[in-house]
Amino acid sequence: MQKNMKKYWPIFTIPVMAAFAIGFVIPFILGIYLSLTKFTTVKDAHFVGLANYRKLFADATYLHSFFLTLAFAIATIIIINIIAFFLAMALTQKLKGTNLFRTVFFMPNLIGGIVLGYIWQLIFSGILVHFNTALNLNARLGFWGLVILVCWQQIGYMMIIYISGLQAIPTDVMEATEIDGANGVQKLFRVTLPMMMPSITICTFLTLTNGFKLFDQNLALTGGAPMKKTELMALNIYQTFYGRVGFEGVGQAKAVIFFLIVIVMAGLQQYFTKSKEVQQ
Amino acid sequence: MNRKSIISMALAATMIAGCSSASGTSATGSDSKGRVYYLNFKPEADEYWQDLAKEYTEETGVPVTVLTAASGEYEKTLKSEMAKSEAPTLFQVNGPIGLASWKDYCADLSGTDVDKELTNKAYELKDGDKVAGIGYVTEAYGLITNNALLKKAGYDASEITSFDKLKEVAEDITARKDELGFSAFTSAGMDGSSDWRFKTHLANLPIYYEYQADGVDNKDELSGKYLDNYKAVWDLYINNSTIDPSQLSTATGDQSEAEFVDGKAVFYQNGTWEYDAVKAIGDENIAYLPIYFGVDDENEGICMGTENYWCVNSQASEADQKATLDFMYWCVTSDKGVEAMTSGDKMGFNIPFNKNPESTNVLFKLANANTATPVSWNFTTMPSENWKNDLGQALTVYAADQTDANWKNVVSAFVDNWKVEKEATAE
Repeated sequence: MQKNMKKYWPIFTIPVMAAFAIGFVIPFILGIYLSLTKFTTVKDAHFVGLANYRKLFADATYLHSFFLTLAFAIATIIIINIIAFFLAMALTQKLKGTNLFRTVFFMPNLIGGIVLGYIWQLIFSGILVHFNTALNLNARLGFWGLVILVCWQQIGYMMIIYISGLQAIPTDVMEATEIDGANGVQKLFRVTLPMMMPSITICTFLTLTNGFKLFDQNLALTGGAPMKKTELMALNIYQTFYGRVGFEGVGQAKAVIFFLIVIVMAGLQQYFTKSKEVQQ
Repeated sequence: MNRKSIISMALAATMIAGCSSASGTSATGSDSKGRVYYLNFKPEADEYWQDLAKEYTEETGVPVTVLTAASGEYEKTLKSEMAKSEAPTLFQVNGPIGLASWKDYCADLSGTDVDKELTNKAYELKDGDKVAGIGYVTEAYGLITNNALLKKAGYDASEITSFDKLKEVAEDITARKDELGFSAFTSAGMDGSSDWRFKTHLANLPIYYEYQADGVDNKDELSGKYLDNYKAVWDLYINNSTIDPSQLSTATGDQSEAEFVDGKAVFYQNGTWEYDAVKAIGDENIAYLPIYFGVDDENEGICMGTENYWCVNSQASEADQKATLDFMYWCVTSDKGVEAMTSGDKMGFNIPFNKNPESTNVLFKLANANTATPVSWNFTTMPSENWKNDLGQALTVYAADQTDANWKNVVSAFVDNWKVEKEATAE
C-alpha cells in the first residue's frame, strides 16, 4: 500500500493541483501583476509601477467603503450568529415540526443574491413609499436594508451548522451536568458554548468573509446610492474598474489590497476563536 | 527536492498543453471566409440585427453573430468580450471619450468601401489621421409630445415655442390633473434603464450652451453658468409628472414609456429610437418639441447627433476584418440592409450614407422639419461613467427632497466632478 502510494501519487494529486493552479494561483498572480499595469483588456497591459496604488490612496470613496464594510461585517456577524444559535437551540428540542421549520429557515439561502436584492428592493420600496422615501435616498436606510437582507439569507445556513454542532455534544456530558445540579444558564455558558466552539469558529468565519465579500446583494439593492454612501468594498472595486477610462489597473490594485484585508481579518478571527476551543 | 521538480514540471506541462490547444482551435476556427461578431449597443434594435445577421449568412455563407449588451452595460460587456480569443470583430464607441480607451483596437477605416459611402466626413471619428470609427446612425432627441392630449387641455404643440410657455402649459395641466385625467410629463425614472435621459441627454444642454458661449467643443473645467436652467427644467419634469418625485429612484424606462403610450402624460423626453413604441398613439398625434432651455429658445432645435460609431477590431484576423467590412458595406448599401436600418417599423435610423431613403420614422421627419439650429451632442465629451453616475444620484436625491443644499450637490457633481474626472482620466 505504502509502495503503491509512492508510485501513483501523481495520478491523485495532479488533477487537483492543476485545477487549483488554473482556478486560483495563476489568476491570483496575474491579478497582482495587472495591479501594476495600465490596461484596457487583460491581454495588453503596460507596466506602470506603483502609480495605481498612489491613485488608490487618493480615493476617498475607497476608505469610506472600507469603514462601511467593517461596520456591515460586525453588524451581520453579531446578528446572524446570535439568531442562528438560538434558532438551532429551539429546533433541537423535541418538538413537532422541527424538520419543517429547519427547511423553511434554510430556504432563503437557495435564492441567488441578485434576485434577492431586487425582491427586497420591491418590499422595502413598498413600505418606504408611505414615508415618502426610498432605500437609495437615505444611506442609513440602505445600510440597514442590506443588513436585514443578508441576515434573512444567511441565518438559515448558520443555523444548520449550529444544529449539527448541538447534536454532536455527547449526551453523557449533559447528563453529568444535570446530575451535578447546574441550572439552564450555567449549562449554556459552561458546557454548551465551550463544546460548540468549533461550530462557532466556522460560522463566524463564514459570516465574516461573506460580509466582507458581499457584492450581488449590494449591487441589486442600492447599487451604492445615494452618492456611493452604501457602497461596500467589492462594489467599489467593480465601479472603479468600469467607471472611468484608464482606471482598470486602479480597480485591480484595490482588489489586491482588499484581498490582504480579508486575509488579515479572517486570520485574526481564526486565532481568537480557535484559542477558545476545548478538547472533548 | 526531486518531488518538487516533478510537480513543477507537471504543472508547466499542463499549462503548455492548455496554451497550445487554445491556439490550435483558433487557427482552425477562422477559415478563408472569416466571421463577423457584432457587439451591438442598442437593445431596442437587437431583434432586427439578429434577423439581418441571419439573412446575411444565408446569402453569403459568412457566419454573423450579434450580441447585444444590456442598457448601460456596453463598456463592461465589451471589456470582457474583447479579452476572449473569439473577440468581437465589430464594436462601437460613443465618441472621443470612448475612443480613448479603445483606440489600440480600432482598425483604420479610411478608404474602405463603407467609408466611401458616408455622405459627410463629419461622421468619421478620427484618431489623428486615422479614421477609427464611422458614425452609422444619426439620432435626435427632444420632447415627444402627445398633441391629442394637449388639445384636450386646450393647447396645441405649435403654441409652445419657449421654456416659459412650456412651463405655463405644464403647470396648468398639473393644476387640472384630476379633471383632465393625465399629467404633463411622464415619470423621470432614475432607475438604470432610464436615468441616462437626464444625467446624459438633458445634461447635454447646459454643456452645449456653455461650449457655444465660449466657442469651444470641449473644456477641462466648466463654469456651470447654465445650471440654473438645468434646474428649472428638472424641477418642471419632476413636479409635473405622473408620480411623486420621491418615487423616482426606482422608476424605470419601461414605466415612463408605458405612461406615454397609455395617454397618461403629454410630454416624454426621449429620442427617435422610441418611434417603434410611441407610434401606438397614432402618427398624426405625435409632435416633437425641442427641450426648451430658456437660453435661446427662438433658435433652439432638436438635439441631433450620434454616439454610435462602428469600429473594426484591428486585432482580429485579416479574414475576419475583411468579412466585417463586407458585412458593414452590405448593411448600408443592400436593399435588405438599408430597409432594416431605416424603416420606421424596424430600427428606424437615419443613416448618414449615400443610400438613405426618406425615413419613415415620423419622429425623424418632425426633427428634420424643425428649422431652428439643431443642438449638437456634446455629452460625448463627458469625462467618465463615474461622472454621469454621480450626477444621476445627486439628481435623484434632489428630486426626493428639493432643498438648496441638495441642489448644491448636483452643481458640485456637475462642475467640481467634471474637473476631477477630466484630470483623473487625462494621461
